[in-house]
Amino acid sequence: MILEYSLIALLSPLIGGVLAAFLGKLLGKIFVNVVTILGVTISFALSIIIALDIWESSAVLNQNIYTWLDIGNMSFHIGILIDNLTASMMVVVTFVSLMVHVYTIGYMHDDPGYHRFFSYISLFTFSMLSLVMSNNFLQLFFGWEAVGVMSYLLIGFWFTKESAIKANLKAFIVNRVGDLSLILGIGIIFSIIGSLDYYAVFSQSQNIAQTELYLSDAWSVSALTAACILLFGGAMGKSAQMPLHVWLPDSMEGPTPISALIHAATMVTAGVFLLARMSPLFQLSTTALSFVLIIGASTALFTGILGLVQNDIKRVIAYSTLSQLGYMVAAAGVSAYSVSLFHLMTHAFFKALLFLAAGSVIVALHHEQDIRKMGGLRTKLPITYLTSLIGSLALIGFPGFSGFFSKDALIEAIGHADILGSGYAYASVLIGVFITALYTFRLFFKVFHGAQDDHHQDVKESPLSITLPLILLAIPSAIVAWPTVGPMVFGSYFANSISQPDAYQIFGYEFTTALGFLVHAFSSPVIYIAVFGVFTAYVLYIYKPSILENKSLESSFIFRILDNKYYFDELYENVFAKKARNIGHLLWTIGDVKTIDNWIVNGTAYRIGNIANRIKVIQSGYIYHYALMMILGLAIFLGWTILNSGVSS
Amino acid sequence: MILDLMIWSPVIVGLILLLIGKNATSLSYWLSLTTSLLVFGMSMYALSMFKTDQVGIQFELIAPWIERFNINYHLGIDGISFPLILLTTFITPIVILTARTSNKINLHQYLASFMILEGLMIGVFSSLDAFLFYVFWEAMLIPMFIIIGIWGGENRVYATIKFFLYTFLGSVFMLIAIIYLYISTGSYSIFDFYNLDLSRMEQILIFLAFLFAFAVKIPMWPVHTWLPDAHVEAPTGGSVILAAILLKMGGYGLLRFSLPITPAASNELSMLMVVLSLIAIIYIGMVALSQTDMKKLIAYSSVAHMGFVTLGTFVVFLNHENASIENMNIAISGAMIQMISHGLISGALFLCIGVMYDRIHSREINDYGGVALAMPRFAGLMVFFALANAALPGTSGFVGEVLIILASLKVNFWIALLSGTTLVIGAAYTLWMIKRVIFGSITNEKISNVQDTTAVEFISLIILAFMVLALGVYPEPLMKLMYITLNDLSQLVFAGVGL
Repeated sequence: MILEYSLIALLSPLIGGVLAAFLGKLLGKIFVNVVTILGVTISFALSIIIALDIWESSAVLNQNIYTWLDIGNMSFHIGILIDNLTASMMVVVTFVSLMVHVYTIGYMHDDPGYHRFFSYISLFTFSMLSLVMSNNFLQLFFGWEAVGVMSYLLIGFWFTKESAIKANLKAFIVNRVGDLSLILGIGIIFSIIGSLDYYAVFSQSQNIAQTELYLSDAWSVSALTAACILLFGGAMGKSAQMPLHVWLPDSMEGPTPISALIHAATMVTAGVFLLARMSPLFQLSTTALSFVLIIGASTALFTGILGLVQNDIKRVIAYSTLSQLGYMVAAAGVSAYSVSLFHLMTHAFFKALLFLAAGSVIVALHHEQDIRKMGGLRTKLPITYLTSLIGSLALIGFPGFSGFFSKDALIEAIGHADILGSGYAYASVLIGVFITALYTFRLFFKVFHGAQDDHHQDVKESPLSITLPLILLAIPSAIVAWPTVGPMVFGSYFANSISQPDAYQIFGYEFTTALGFLVHAFSSPVIYIAVFGVFTAYVLYIYKPSILENKSLESSFIFRILDNKYYFDELYENVFAKKARNIGHLLWTIGDVKTIDNWIVNGTAYRIGNIANRIKVIQSGYIYHYALMMILGLAIFLGWTILNSGVSS
Repeated sequence: MILDLMIWSPVIVGLILLLIGKNATSLSYWLSLTTSLLVFGMSMYALSMFKTDQVGIQFELIAPWIERFNINYHLGIDGISFPLILLTTFITPIVILTARTSNKINLHQYLASFMILEGLMIGVFSSLDAFLFYVFWEAMLIPMFIIIGIWGGENRVYATIKFFLYTFLGSVFMLIAIIYLYISTGSYSIFDFYNLDLSRMEQILIFLAFLFAFAVKIPMWPVHTWLPDAHVEAPTGGSVILAAILLKMGGYGLLRFSLPITPAASNELSMLMVVLSLIAIIYIGMVALSQTDMKKLIAYSSVAHMGFVTLGTFVVFLNHENASIENMNIAISGAMIQMISHGLISGALFLCIGVMYDRIHSREINDYGGVALAMPRFAGLMVFFALANAALPGTSGFVGEVLIILASLKVNFWIALLSGTTLVIGAAYTLWMIKRVIFGSITNEKISNVQDTTAVEFISLIILAFMVLALGVYPEPLMKLMYITLNDLSQLVFAGVGL
């Protein structure tokens, strides 16, 4: 039964998306709404049923659907694996997707690409589901690239906008760098195990651990560490970890609903999912784990700082997403995969909420995105204001909100770890808490508090299709952690899907109840740091904004670095993109055109012509020339024969 | 018998068209379309009769031709040639179907050339007699030469002569090798060549002689420069056939002649072949990045993609410790699938460029922008084929490349890494072109007035899109068609190398 349910859950968004794509223009908006939303609703309902069933029975469904390719005794399958990890991802993905579908009705109301948009987000949902439901590495890669393509098409949805089509090309190519790493990691595993099914690989993970990968005759590394780091390279692309993070802020050129769905809640968390899924491998390599930890912690801190200087409402949230993804990755680095996934879930809710709320503000202000031109909107947009407040409190980890439980557990796990880099990581994430609170409430105060901008007098709260998803997302953002933190983080919920040390080893204390956890948290510095961050934001942006009006601040060295986002874009543009084009041009003009064509090909033709030109002199057409040649030839031939015979006799 | 029909019925119809078609353009069109569809039907019939669990040649046909030299009219197909024949019979009707979309002088002659070409191409793939193979191989040049030379662009004379000299020069060496093999065996049967016990030096010389012919056709770096010129000047149909089928003859030759006849040389020279393949993948990929002419860009992309075919064919020999029949099977399956897939995708992309050229009369990327606004249906298809060209999983473009990367990784990590850069470079040049041509706002006024695809164009492209998707989602049927033959080849080659 679970198999049938999961197949229907997987395919119904696909059917909805395809119908909307091919018949949408013909049959109109109502049709598009019905087929796509129905598809995702079915998917969501079945995901809940599957999740509850699997949770109860703790049974795992691992079923091949069909054989993709059979080469002798080597088989590649398309199949489904449903365990608690898959089931929880399915619920998160389909729920946020459903919210975004509903929200889109209002948000894209007048857009000429209405049916195209719905078709894309439904197809995206299908791709994301096929990624998380896969039972093997190959299909994972299918889903991995499929979500990448949907993201490409959606970032470039407004394809006449130059910045949008620049951003989507950049996103695709940066992701392809990660994907190359991922496929090489998969290749190493395949070359050792000869199979790509998760269970076949995990059951033989010791084999990989004992194998050496020869990079040259004399130089070999542990195949397992190499495979893990390469797999993580894929995660760095999709989950936008430094230094492959550059595409995510630019992806904000796409419509806001997809920023919420793809670039906050679901696709960008695929890397975190990957780490959890591959935990049986990563657990065998502390080197790889340290690498994951350091990258994650650096991303958490440094991209968060960039959020402080952004003025585009969506970009602030985008940098926040980068930073939160860093938190999740860092947690995986200290083997606390369950916390990492728990934060993934709570983050999906509150970050989708924040993006959709930002979209509501943007629509209300007639597509104004600059927070310097906003202010005092709390009375005009009451629902957006309240839901944003809930989302912001959850994001900074305010006690009681869902983000509090996930982030606090996450930081405790990092603090309690002792692998290489954990000290650095702990410091980074603690500073990150302050930074998070600061940029979150900077944004919040600037948008909703302070003086109202004169340009925005006719501002009205958004329609129901926009506010309803906000409310429905605000509820889990506030309370979802209370019943779930116990089983998911400290309990055995993920025991059938993830291999990690038991909770006591990770956190160093026993969990009793969610309330007990909350009380316990007051003995750690995290809460106080967050509150201090909010207070700082209050002082800087409400109480005494004059502090920041100091002109020398804007020209300072640090500000310039932050404003240029640590110069990563310049580096990539000048070193890689431009160099590649230049080298390509040089190879073409010098290699192909000059050397091969002009010198060798045409040159040969020319030289043959030249030689022929000289030789043709002897074909003058005059009899006496030929006669002379004949006599000369005859004389030489005769002379040679006579001389030769003279010598021999 | 069925092979006979598939070869000669299009040739005969082509000759009839030349005789009677002058004042009957419409009749010529329908006659050639019907014939090509009939040939496709015949190939489908052959497919239904083909036994995928049987080693060796099927539908074999042998009759003496020139008895003095023991030359036979010897035809037959196996799992290597049959998929390529199916590709031929599948692509040709599409080319014929779209032949009328742009005005051409003497359409009946144009159609006749393609009909004759189809028969000869099927002849190349089904010949089992080396002499017969050579005759078809060379005869095929003539209609192609005419197609580019008469219906081509402004610089067509240079392109045709370059095309002809390059390929002809290559084939001469092949002829010498074939004659040498005939002298050694007293037979022109390709399978008799397999059993020869050749010395190391003989093998290397024969390998190189064949390589000249095949490398030009594939084309491999550095003998590839005829291809961009030929593509740029060729009419759309010519480009489609050239990219989709003619280039596959080189890859087919490597599998049919080079590997089984000279296994030791294939092994010994594998380093050379792998290096040339990697140059094709990376160097040519970078060159494609800097092209401003869409046809040239796709032509260079073809060279890069065919680099995977040669890589897959030879990579396994590089590391004897890890060499296994299984890995060889993966690698050459990848090469075969890559050939079929490239036939569909590059054919489709050249059709797409043709669709735009018929409307705007330019191939320059800079003359475009915002095509998606004027031609949304077309834009959707073109973006799909571009993504397939960038090896998107779920399209056929992914299958061959991933198999070859996986096989390479077992041989050497760095080869896999270098060949894998195509994921980045291929995406960069293809999607950058899409960005400048399909997306963006309209800057060229001509574009704002154009019509979206006509029914004929749409049907042709959607059929191709369907095949690209079907092979990507479910390549197993194609694999099944080839597996026994490829496994047999791997065994033969491994025995020949002594692994």
